[in-house]
Amino acid sequence: MSDTAQSFPTRVDISLTVNGEPVDARVDVSRHLVDFLRLDLGLTGAHAGCEHGVCGACTLQVDGEIVRGCLMLAAQLDGAEVWTVEGLTETGALADLQAAFVERNALQCGFCTPGMLFAAADILAQGGQPSRVAIREHISGNYCRCTGYEAVVDAIETVAGARARGEEVSA
Amino acid sequence: MNTQFVGQPIRRVDGRLKVTGGARYAADFNLDEHVYAVIVNATVGLGRIVSIDQAAATRLPGVIAVISHLNAPRLAYHPHKGAIDPATGERLHVLQGDQVRFYGQPVAVVVADTLDQAERAAAALSITYAAKRPAVDPSASDTTEIMAEASKGPKAYYPADTARGDADAALATAPVRIDAFYDTARENHNPMEPHATVARWDGDRVTLWSKTQFVVNEQAEIAAIFGIPTENVQVISPFVGGGFGTTLRTWSHVTIAALAARQVGRPVKLALTRKQMFFTTGHRPRSLQRVALGATPDGKLTSIVHEGRGETSRYEEFIEALTAGTGFMYSCPNVRTQYRIVPLDTGTPNHMRGPGEAQGMFALECAMDELSYELGIDPIELRRRNEPEIDESTGKPFSSRSLMPCYDRGAELFGWAQRNPAPRSMRDDREYVGMGCASATYPVLFSPTRARARLLADGTAEIEVAASDMGPGTYTSMTQVAADALGLPLDNVRFSLGRSDFPPAPPHGGSQTMASVGSAIRAACAAVLEAAARNREVRPIEAEGSAQRDPEVAARFSMHSFGAVFAEVGIDSDVGTIRVRRALGVYGAGRIVNPRLALSQCTGGMVGGIGMALMERTMLDARDGRLVNAHMADYLMPVNLDIDRLEAHFVDEEDPHVNPLGVKGLGEIALVGMAPAIANAIFHATGTRLRNLPISIENVLTA
Ligand code: FES
Ligand code: FES
Repeated sequence: MSDTAQSFPTRVDISLTVNGEPVDARVDVSRHLVDFLRLDLGLTGAHAGCEHGVCGACTLQVDGEIVRGCLMLAAQLDGAEVWTVEGLTETGALADLQAAFVERNALQCGFCTPGMLFAAADILAQGGQPSRVAIREHISGNYCRCTGYEAVVDAIETVAGARARGEEVSA
Repeated sequence: MNTQFVGQPIRRVDGRLKVTGGARYAADFNLDEHVYAVIVNATVGLGRIVSIDQAAATRLPGVIAVISHLNAPRLAYHPHKGAIDPATGERLHVLQGDQVRFYGQPVAVVVADTLDQAERAAAALSITYAAKRPAVDPSASDTTEIMAEASKGPKAYYPADTARGDADAALATAPVRIDAFYDTARENHNPMEPHATVARWDGDRVTLWSKTQFVVNEQAEIAAIFGIPTENVQVISPFVGGGFGTTLRTWSHVTIAALAARQVGRPVKLALTRKQMFFTTGHRPRSLQRVALGATPDGKLTSIVHEGRGETSRYEEFIEALTAGTGFMYSCPNVRTQYRIVPLDTGTPNHMRGPGEAQGMFALECAMDELSYELGIDPIELRRRNEPEIDESTGKPFSSRSLMPCYDRGAELFGWAQRNPAPRSMRDDREYVGMGCASATYPVLFSPTRARARLLADGTAEIEVAASDMGPGTYTSMTQVAADALGLPLDNVRFSLGRSDFPPAPPHGGSQTMASVGSAIRAACAAVLEAAARNREVRPIEAEGSAQRDPEVAARFSMHSFGAVFAEVGIDSDVGTIRVRRALGVYGAGRIVNPRLALSQCTGGMVGGIGMALMERTMLDARDGRLVNAHMADYLMPVNLDIDRLEAHFVDEEDPHVNPLGVKGLGEIALVGMAPAIANAIFHATGTRLRNLPISIENVLTA
């Protein structure tokens, strides 16, 4: 299966689930996860902002952990369980965060938002009421050039409180 | 004016789409059968391409075409000057010759079936150059400053020279004097979304799904470049992932995308990498400035001298508002400003949030702070003593001016009275604490705009303008304006933007979208209501309306927004780390259409100002013009943990003159004033005056 003179494969077969659906694909070994999702599967909710792990716009979930979609290769995903913002919107797992982001206007252009939601969900999954500084630290790998960050912290803080009290957040 | 919705903190109407990944930015458009283009950039800063060896690249799998000046078609490049292009000079003609004008200039484009294949082939291209040493440092002796053509003469928008009284003579005899130099860094806009264009030709018509803040200009420019009728170009740009000015111009990659698509006969997707954005999508030019102030011992200004230089490219004369605020900020009988540009071997700069004002007000407002210490007068009091009655640079009254109300409100909210004015006098544990303030200003712009309104049989309405929404909330605020004008609930109004076949809108920059597009929408809504009243049968019924500013009113008043910005910094007493502990801005910006959106717009701008003050600097290697830190790991921008307690407030300001909506705009002014407020706070904390941006730990430690 080599299409150059080199002896290692340039394409590999992978089987995984994306947003709960099984996906079988033959991918270029250099294909990044974020490009695989965006270009091959048409899941454009994960954005590429820097392509080297700094900005966080490509943040999504693989096997329960948040990862940078630009730092993983699709070839690493055989057997993996991948969730994108489209999938978690459907399951409702992000619903309260999404509502709080809209309510508090924690977004402007929205380009950073899907990645930001994953990082936010990650700190909330640790439970309890994180301090504002802890929230800021946890999402400092998610750049936002528009909002000034205050509203993002407010939104996450609100959801943490509501979850701790067992309340619902609605927009 | 019905204001059921205007003035209310309405939730953004595009919020749901954006939190679910449903908003589609340019690179999100996947067309059937599209292929990928990757640009190859020059690796020398000046010179000529000697050879391009594409044999290895062409042999790689999936490669469809390698296009360079050797085989690219000659493009028409008909004359085209958009409202946003430099008045003098000519845009980069891309892939049309062997000349390299700056490091990173596009010299070839590779098209392949997949992105990975195109990237691999781009890397396999072997290009040799005859290189010369470029001039990239405006402070170096191998550069020459010039007077921009468009700044010549007293009628120029940004005049090269202005004077009232005799500022130099008054300075020489002033009892108290400040005379200092300031240097602000080149910056890149760095919106989170990289530029991207998807191009598809159908015969001699081309559709561009593209990132742009100026939809109809992108259409007109591509038409001119390809020598086709304007209506043969359709631009589609529903969502823009931040801009801050970088997408006001149509840069060379848009042309390359269209050219590549035409050459290979297939749709092409071209997304710039972050690194490539540093090369060819404009930048805030570095500025070198001198400000000298003379005053009486009781703090009355007797002289202001402001001399500023900014970078430009060799092929276009970019000018901006570097010295524009100086003439009207304060009352002073003797004022002289001078503005020059320095052509360098770099790409052309362009407007970046608070273009010119951000750097010019940095110098002026730091100088005012220095003067306040020299005089022993509180910096707010110093400004109060020099508050003008009218715009002394034009002799016209201000349509409204709330600078001192902003200071008063800000001082109260910020707790300015708690400040011990002596430098290095306030401490909190390990930190020296400093509090500083500065004024902000930005003009109230307005451009003629058209809008279309349509009433449907089901009682809903559609509004269409070729406007943009790079994030502030155009979708939402225009829906509010239309709902009020039509007397409909918000949910019954659908506002669409970002298509070049909609009625034309001005650039989505200069804080003029709300005023210009909003006024046009009001006119279109009035027109459609009138048409609907005349004809009750026909639905849908549609009408267009337009808005311009009454030239007589515009000639009678001086129209600007003003603001007062406060910052508190903490400087670690041992290692010199600089932290903005809190910041607060108060703005007099006319009517606030949506406080929820306005607040975010302002805090976002303030964070941009924090970046300008403490982090952002695009560095060039003087030997070859290489951009040293053209990526997000080394081009530092504020992250969440860099920010603490930000507040923005608005003073009530009714301005009946600026435009029918009474709005002044917010996007630009929100960045202005933050950097000097921080620099002034750093002086207060440390007793060290730092006049070059960005201010770093090293500056604090070694000063
Ligand atoms: S694109 Fe992955 S972190 Fe920036
Ligand atoms: S909302 Fe634009 S980058 Fe965060």
